[in-house]
Amino acid sequence: MRQESTPASFPPAESRQIARPRLWPGRVARGKIRTRASFVLAAAITGWVMAAAITLGLPDRFPWYSTVQVGFATGCMGVLILLAALAGLAWPTLGGRLRHAGPWLLVLGMQAVAWQVTTAKLALLPLPYFPPPQAIVDAYTDDWSLLLESLVYSLRLLALGYAIGAAAGFLSGLAMGWSRAVNYWLHPVLRVIGPVPATAWIPIVFVIFPTSFTAGIFLIALATWFPVAILTWSGVMGVGRNYYDVARTLGATDRFLIWRVAVPAALPSIFVGLFMGLGASFVTLLVAEMLGVKAGLGWYIQWVQGWAEYPKLYAALLIMIVLFSGLITLLFRVRNRVLAWQKGLIRW
Amino acid sequence: MVGAATHSTGATRARGVRLEVRWLTHRFTLKREPLTVLDDVNVSAAPGAFVALVGPSGCGKSTLLRILAGLERPTQGDVSVDGRRIDGPHPDRALVFQDPTLYPWRTVWRNVALGPEARGQRVAKDDPRVRTVLERVGLAAFAHAYPSQLSGGMAQRVALARVLVNEPSLLLLDEPLGQLDALTRLTMQRELLRLWEAGGFTALLVTHDVDEALSLADRVLVLSPRPGRVVGEVTVDAPRPRHHDDPQLRALRKEILTLLGFDWD
Repeated sequence: MRQESTPASFPPAESRQIARPRLWPGRVARGKIRTRASFVLAAAITGWVMAAAITLGLPDRFPWYSTVQVGFATGCMGVLILLAALAGLAWPTLGGRLRHAGPWLLVLGMQAVAWQVTTAKLALLPLPYFPPPQAIVDAYTDDWSLLLESLVYSLRLLALGYAIGAAAGFLSGLAMGWSRAVNYWLHPVLRVIGPVPATAWIPIVFVIFPTSFTAGIFLIALATWFPVAILTWSGVMGVGRNYYDVARTLGATDRFLIWRVAVPAALPSIFVGLFMGLGASFVTLLVAEMLGVKAGLGWYIQWVQGWAEYPKLYAALLIMIVLFSGLITLLFRVRNRVLAWQKGLIRW
Repeated sequence: MVGAATHSTGATRARGVRLEVRWLTHRFTLKREPLTVLDDVNVSAAPGAFVALVGPSGCGKSTLLRILAGLERPTQGDVSVDGRRIDGPHPDRALVFQDPTLYPWRTVWRNVALGPEARGQRVAKDDPRVRTVLERVGLAAFAHAYPSQLSGGMAQRVALARVLVNEPSLLLLDEPLGQLDALTRLTMQRELLRLWEAGGFTALLVTHDVDEALSLADRVLVLSPRPGRVVGEVTVDAPRPRHHDDPQLRALRKEILTLLGFDWD
């Protein structure tokens, strides 16, 4: 209780001595963290249950099919948090995670209440631009087959374009870093064409290529190629001469120097390129689908917007959010695995 | 004599080679100006000898080692081992740098396995060659650590293991202990001697630490400031392990420092 007077954000003197810098509030007594976390979780459960009660109890301003399901799911969320909190008492790992997630669960619960109230129940926000969750669920049940088809088309285009672009970028970056002749011819091309957004070529590309699908692949590959090539090249150029000398004195061939020395040494930089390329490929995918490829999530968004079917638009956006952030997360997972050696911070 | 020696390097067990450097001159082109770094250098080492080169910084010692390793071609002169001209890197001639230059993406084990791998050989997960050499440098327990987890002395021992796994006949050491603290340095000098005695290779050590040269080498060659040229030679016949306070070594140290141009007044 005595410590109550110190603001939580001010680290007590002894914790300031800890070498590890922290950007969030300093240490607070462990018991107090738990009490605070329990309050937060209780509030979160209340929020979700309240959202469920509002959804089920108050009438919608407009007839939507999925109101009951949404209300039920919202209530389930509250019950789930409660069950997890009880299980967390026995299982400390789960308890710790739940404490960590508590503030987010609370905010999301409050957001669920606000969403229901401002849209379905009181219609404070204009329809159809701001649909309630039940409207979005309706969109999924209505249009799931077209959404699924669009997702498959987008994924196929993205996968092919990105794979080709990343492979081309990696190979051209490697060749530029290794061979003076390749660098002479490729570097100016990269410097001139690279910075131009791939989408700028859309009007020409869709005329030149036989199908809009191949045109889309080309555009996405082009967008991915530039960052991957630049960062592979600069990664290879940054490999110290000593790394090569070591391998050469051990009797290495050129092939060994390229694949066992240059490439692994350049990998941290190559992964930055792959990450930037992935971002560029998302943008290009969407723009290409909106402007030329008559399929995929980008096309779907364009299509439903024409009919002012905003719930469906949100439904597609939600799929995209999950897809794109999932792919980025996947890339980071792979990188952390491959570059595990970079994390070696322990010293004897 | 030279002709007879050419047949001996194919033996399974590493054996020291005869090293011969004759009238070696080397120039770099720096800002379009030729810069002579080595000037008519003559060095020879008998099979299995331990020769040290001392000289001021920038006198071309490291360049000489790079030429002997085959990483650079001399402008003029002959460099040969067992009578055969050096015309490129070869795993029989190992070079240890001042910096351990381990590959940070490889574990200790895989850094050592680099030697056989670089020559296109497969290295098994429990390859006896790698295991033996790691045991010899006392790092068997750290086989699966990454270089970032090692201390400076340990990293340099891995660098030694990485070249010793090839059983070289000539070991070129470019100030390999230069970055270590005094205590680790003394331990590593002893370890280096042990490895040399066990390995039977010819060793050429470049250093600017006169005491280090005297406690390790049979012969110490003194190089002048740039352009480097051999200005003197000292033979050390004291039995090993040697002690720094040995009166004979003290006299030799004084001689070498005088050759290096140190003013005793």
